[in-house]
Amino acid sequence: MAEPQKKSFLPVFLNGLITENPTFTLMLGMCPTLGVTTAAMNGVAMGLATTFVLVFSNLIISLLRNIIPDKVRIPAYIVVIASFVTMIDLFMQAFLPELRAVLGTYIQLIVVNCIIFARAESFAAKNPPLASLADGLGMGLGFTCSITLLAAVREIFGSGTCFGLQVMPAGYQPMAIMNMVPGGFITLGVLMILVNVIKRVAARRSEERKEEKLA
Amino acid sequence: MQKQLAITSCPHIRSRKTTQRIMQDVCIALAPAGIAGIVFFGARAAAIIAVSVITCVLTELVYEKMMGQRVTIGDWSAVVTGLLLAYNIPATAPLWIPMVGGVIAILLVKMLFGGIGSNFMNPALTARAVLFVSWGGIMGSYPVTRFMEQTADGLSGATPLAELARVFAGQATLAEGTGLWDLFIGNCPGVLGETCKLAILLGGVWLILRDVADWKIPVSMIGTVFVLYLLTSGFNFGLSLREVLSGGLLLGAFFMATDYATSPQSNLGRVIFGVGCGLIVFVIRAYANYPEGCSFAILFMNVVTPLIDRYTMPKCFGEVKQHG
Repeated sequence: MAEPQKKSFLPVFLNGLITENPTFTLMLGMCPTLGVTTAAMNGVAMGLATTFVLVFSNLIISLLRNIIPDKVRIPAYIVVIASFVTMIDLFMQAFLPELRAVLGTYIQLIVVNCIIFARAESFAAKNPPLASLADGLGMGLGFTCSITLLAAVREIFGSGTCFGLQVMPAGYQPMAIMNMVPGGFITLGVLMILVNVIKRVAARRSEERKEEKLA
Repeated sequence: MQKQLAITSCPHIRSRKTTQRIMQDVCIALAPAGIAGIVFFGARAAAIIAVSVITCVLTELVYEKMMGQRVTIGDWSAVVTGLLLAYNIPATAPLWIPMVGGVIAILLVKMLFGGIGSNFMNPALTARAVLFVSWGGIMGSYPVTRFMEQTADGLSGATPLAELARVFAGQATLAEGTGLWDLFIGNCPGVLGETCKLAILLGGVWLILRDVADWKIPVSMIGTVFVLYLLTSGFNFGLSLREVLSGGLLLGAFFMATDYATSPQSNLGRVIFGVGCGLIVFVIRAYANYPEGCSFAILFMNVVTPLIDRYTMPKCFGEVKQHG
């Protein structure tokens, strides 16, 4: 990316949400992506918790980007990120204890989530606060949408429900492998194929439209 | 569309071996086991075989039509996958089991990785593993044959492998279990294509005589299981022989481990592959929670195949050893 160029809010936000979607394009944060996505609700909760941490860590790191010495930047990032993870962890323990129990240690593991590190290192450390905020929000929501989609597909086939509601007919025998790690990998792979197909079709369409305009 | 034009120096020898002919040979070799399955488990077995084959061929056809690719169902490989998948399903399974399995085998394992020859795992076995892990209750309940004492639900309490595991652990004697002859002709509970060892051996010999499969893989795989059981059971010959004739070992060794795309190319590599398969089968059967480990063993060695190939490639004539 061209560094000195000024970045406005919306393109940066959409970049994280779609173009450089952390799950389907960057393939970051695979640990929670495969670990907690057995039910759609878990996907939403995990995604939002990560988004919260991502937005604020990006903002703070961006504000401090000229103060943090280069040599100790990684420990400095960890301190910032860990503070927000602790906040969201304590918040969930207090107000959403059941969800916290399901997600378990994956909440604490947000500290080492590579999406957050990657954005701190490659974006927040080089860009002004507002753009970093937009990037955090876009990346976070992009992550939330993708893992919720993944979790919904796995829940539908693995348990016959979606967000806890029965969607499959009564005689449906749940496909247990979808609740296990191999099912996560298979679903992720299939969804990635579909996302790439959609992207390619969309690219071709816009190309055609351009040609039409020229003609 | 791939255009492969390999230019090599002469002499050029034209082989009459085509994919289609090889696959037809495999189908012929698989026929006795299927007929035995129908004889022992009834018309239900025929229905499962038919559904499985039709699903596999249709999946390949629909995928290739949708993707605008050349339709390759004429090479019979989907038929082979369908047959192998059906042979891994117990005859009591509902008909949607082979349907789901066929789609997984062809779409997920074969076509998405580039079609015939590009899959890195055996399609039929992978589908079986997915089915087995997903619907263990259906895939793991083995019916008694029509010539055995009938039970109330038509299911058997213990498969030969479960009996043998108890013998191996010293909790039972061989005399209580299924007899050697019943094991050999297939009058024992199991999935529909694996029980009749006689039919599988006939098919296996056909494959080897027709130069379709290499004898090294099945022989080293079965031999490893036999020898390891001999060594660990204090040279209990009867037990070791029964272990070889039980479960899916013969079917897997002759028909699935020898899959071209997922087994090594060189002679040494094939022996390593076979011994590795046999070792894992033995470890799973003797010490793990699953009663049978044949499919997992072959799948695991499928994944290791590129590595084996890499280290066992024969040196080209005149190639100089590289100096470090």
